[in-house]
Amino acid sequence: MSAKKPTPADLIQIDFNPGKKDWMDAKIDFEKKRGNWNYQVLPKSAEYVGMPYPRKWSPADEDWKLPDNWQKIIFEGLRDRLDKYRSFKIFMDICVRCGACADKCHFFIGSGDPKNMPVLRAELLRSVYRNDFTAAGKIFGSLAGGRKLTVDVLKEWFYYFFQCTECRRCSVFCPYGIDTAEITMMGRELLDLVGLNIDWIGTPIANCHRTGNHLGVQPHGFKDSIDFAVDDLEDITGVRAEAPINKKGAEILFVIPSADYFGDPHYFGLLGYIALFHEIGLDYTFSAYASEGGNFGLFHSNEMMKRLNGKIYNEAKRLGVKWILGGECGHMWRVLHQYMDTMSGPADFMEEPVSPITGTKFENSKSTKMIHICEFTADLIKHNKIKLDKSRNDQWRVTYHDSCNPARAMGLLDEPRYVINGVCNHFFEMPENTIREQTFCCGSGAGIGTDENFEMRMRGGMPRANAVQYVHEKHNVNLLACICAIDKATLPPLMEYWVPEVEVGAIHELVGNALVMKGEKKDRTDLRGEPFVGTETAGKEEEANV
Amino acid sequence: MYDASKIILGILIFLVLATSPFWYSKATGQSDYLPDPVILTKDTPGKDVCVMPTDYMRSSHMDLLNDWRNSVVRDGERKFVSPNGHEYKKSLSNTCMDCHANKTEFCDKCHNYMAVDDQTCWSCHVEPKEEL
Amino acid sequence: MKALYSFFAVIILIALAYLGITADMTTFFGLVLPYIAAAAFIFGVAYRILIWAKSPVPFKITTTCGQQKSLPWIKNSNLESPHTTLGVIGRMALEVLFFRSLFRNTKMSLKDGPKIVYGENKWLWLAGLVFHWSFLIVIIRHLRFFFEPVPEFILLIQSLDGLLEIYVPVLYMTGVALLMSVTYLYLRRALIPQINYISLISDYFPLFLIMAIAITGALMRYTPLRVDIIKVKELAMGLGSFNPVVPEGIGAIFFIHLFLISVLLIYFPMSKLMHMAGIFMSPTRNMKNDNRMKRHINPWNYPVDTHSYEDWEDEFRDVMKEAGLPLEKE
Repeated sequence: MSAKKPTPADLIQIDFNPGKKDWMDAKIDFEKKRGNWNYQVLPKSAEYVGMPYPRKWSPADEDWKLPDNWQKIIFEGLRDRLDKYRSFKIFMDICVRCGACADKCHFFIGSGDPKNMPVLRAELLRSVYRNDFTAAGKIFGSLAGGRKLTVDVLKEWFYYFFQCTECRRCSVFCPYGIDTAEITMMGRELLDLVGLNIDWIGTPIANCHRTGNHLGVQPHGFKDSIDFAVDDLEDITGVRAEAPINKKGAEILFVIPSADYFGDPHYFGLLGYIALFHEIGLDYTFSAYASEGGNFGLFHSNEMMKRLNGKIYNEAKRLGVKWILGGECGHMWRVLHQYMDTMSGPADFMEEPVSPITGTKFENSKSTKMIHICEFTADLIKHNKIKLDKSRNDQWRVTYHDSCNPARAMGLLDEPRYVINGVCNHFFEMPENTIREQTFCCGSGAGIGTDENFEMRMRGGMPRANAVQYVHEKHNVNLLACICAIDKATLPPLMEYWVPEVEVGAIHELVGNALVMKGEKKDRTDLRGEPFVGTETAGKEEEANV
Repeated sequence: MYDASKIILGILIFLVLATSPFWYSKATGQSDYLPDPVILTKDTPGKDVCVMPTDYMRSSHMDLLNDWRNSVVRDGERKFVSPNGHEYKKSLSNTCMDCHANKTEFCDKCHNYMAVDDQTCWSCHVEPKEEL
Repeated sequence: MKALYSFFAVIILIALAYLGITADMTTFFGLVLPYIAAAAFIFGVAYRILIWAKSPVPFKITTTCGQQKSLPWIKNSNLESPHTTLGVIGRMALEVLFFRSLFRNTKMSLKDGPKIVYGENKWLWLAGLVFHWSFLIVIIRHLRFFFEPVPEFILLIQSLDGLLEIYVPVLYMTGVALLMSVTYLYLRRALIPQINYISLISDYFPLFLIMAIAITGALMRYTPLRVDIIKVKELAMGLGSFNPVVPEGIGAIFFIHLFLISVLLIYFPMSKLMHMAGIFMSPTRNMKNDNRMKRHINPWNYPVDTHSYEDWEDEFRDVMKEAGLPLEKE
């Protein structure tokens, strides 16, 4: 059943020539393309959160058991979304197909599949829009670039809209700012209307709705994990920290992606947060109810995103906190920065965030009242509020991967770099076309980081891995730091595949390593339990610029 | 969020610009103006026929003048025979302006109307004194 | 194939206009159709914008291409990630006037190693910029046919455009630039495999149409096909003042030129050429990155079913109690 995994040598044989055949009459052979798509959503998960038409089906089947009136459903859904989103309407109408976006997509670079050019991914939907929603298309049909909505077209949508990680890199290069993420989101919503979704989106959503987090960890399990981390931290540093959960009246609610307390290397970042908060004496609380900052609803639909997101403000209100602090996560911050206040706000029950340690007013979040941990920590470092020994990270030669969403939907670029430079001696930037707003996706975001999609993930991650390889060879880089839970889950296999010598870590793991804690034991190690090295050679090597 | 006011402002700007051909000349009151070049002939007998037909001269006199200039200046060739057999001296100041003596009343009329720059002539030739 | 369709469509249009003129249909081609075209363009564009405007912008989805405004000591990039109105205006101006985003364009190539290389690739930016600016200047120059008296700025633009002072009548650089850039824009569609693959009939058609408009225009100015432009202005002014007349004796080439322009104007609002207006309304570019400073309102923000804390505690009360987690209800 499962696809055989291609070797890097096979995978790199990429043909970028799309050939002469008209793209409009293609048919996906799902059986042949195993390794490039994701399994269907389980009916149980779909039912739990009320996704339409839950049923047993498989993309590999010929018959997808669509509802009889599926075309009508799609057309009505399309009309509805055109009326709700100006972005969608404009992006359907104004693309000139200049092709500037073509080689900007990591999936196109890694696969050479012409329909992974963002322009064509959008055309898959646009062709149907033109055919049935524009005067020219209704009269001239295919001469006007129109295409009838057939089952094969729908299957193509399923294949390609789940081969887009909504990273928005193409949108940076588009002369009209057309954002393929927006189009993919609409495409996925339409697919969902006829019950076509994938399990790595549907099941985490169902879990998150029920228990509060994607992994389905129940409140007591959540408490166990946090308690375990506190014990672990004590073993490592000799310092006993506190990590309150659901504590009413705490000053700050701290929300993290659930992978932070279950995944590796995320977990070392969690140790870093707890150590840091203990050291500065922060009055904060975790929440078992809002135990997920990440929001796979974003990869499903606007409505689902809102359903999951609502918990954060609900909980902040219930606990009576002054403001909210958010951990390291990519798409979580897309939702928090660009959607939360609009869909779940106004957050008028909280106060404008002020750092209790430095007194800094975070005016940039005076409405949403939620601060990114990198903004918070950068402010601490700037004001010398924590004691840091950079040499404790000398085992690492670090490069930084800007996660798509904090970079291109938030503009969080210099804060993480400031933190890294504050806690490490050896920081090296990847080439300029692969960082900051031009950063490359890990290739597994937006819900498609599954095993069955392995080949496409390795292809999509290739441009990122290639840039890491460059700094690995040039500067001997051995740690890829990032601030995204999906990155931390999917970059390690990507590195193992393309650049096996490089590990992946959280920025707050590095912070936790460098943090000199009051009362720490003499033989404390880094957060991975390794003894510190290289204190004597600290600070002598060339540094990367910020 | 609709930003209706900004969009209406944008549409108004577009409408004002796109309809400018319809209101500009109305506003200046010149919409039915047509140039009426006047031929004020010096008293030069026998020169009542132009060197070329009127239709040609209206659209392409600059070609002829350009040819004349090139052949006179470069080759010293000053003889021009018109299609109907008349012989002329290739000369702006003499031949042409013998009949079309008044630059302001003749040349400038159309040139201004069409915003044509006539420096090709008058950057070398001295503008004639207009006595008439 | 698609290019050929478009090419022949334009050839047929030219033939139509020529046949029409030889059949003495100058009133239709010179007066009726231009009026229809002007109305279609003006009302069509406005209508399309209103249709767009009818849909709200539910979320503030700025694409941030630079550092956000956050801590006071971190330098914010107000042109790439604007948080003020002035910043947005600056960003939009760079985008509209200088094609900022296209300027970022790179060309990826895969080398042995494997090594991915991102090379400079400014040709599309350059050709696009030259094309649009020269087209704009050409249009402004043509206002001399509609404006009486001809305003100073048109004279100035004309004299700058003819600065080379070659040929009689003087050669306009923008005419040459327009033809060259539109040819380049066609050639890249014809020759670059990926661009060829994505191109539709509706991508080639406007290119050929504009090419034909430029060529017929040039023929009228620089070759013996020249027409009497006094009469052309008489016609144009007649159109503009709603006293339409077709003066006798304007050559067929003019009517072909005018017909092609009319077709372009009619085609414009129903085509991708609407990007002219769309760029101003693109939410990823024309919005501030001040999401957390100022709440954006979504007019259709309907209530949804969330899993409330109370229901959640009801479901997990026993295990929470056992784990010692605080409870609302014992």
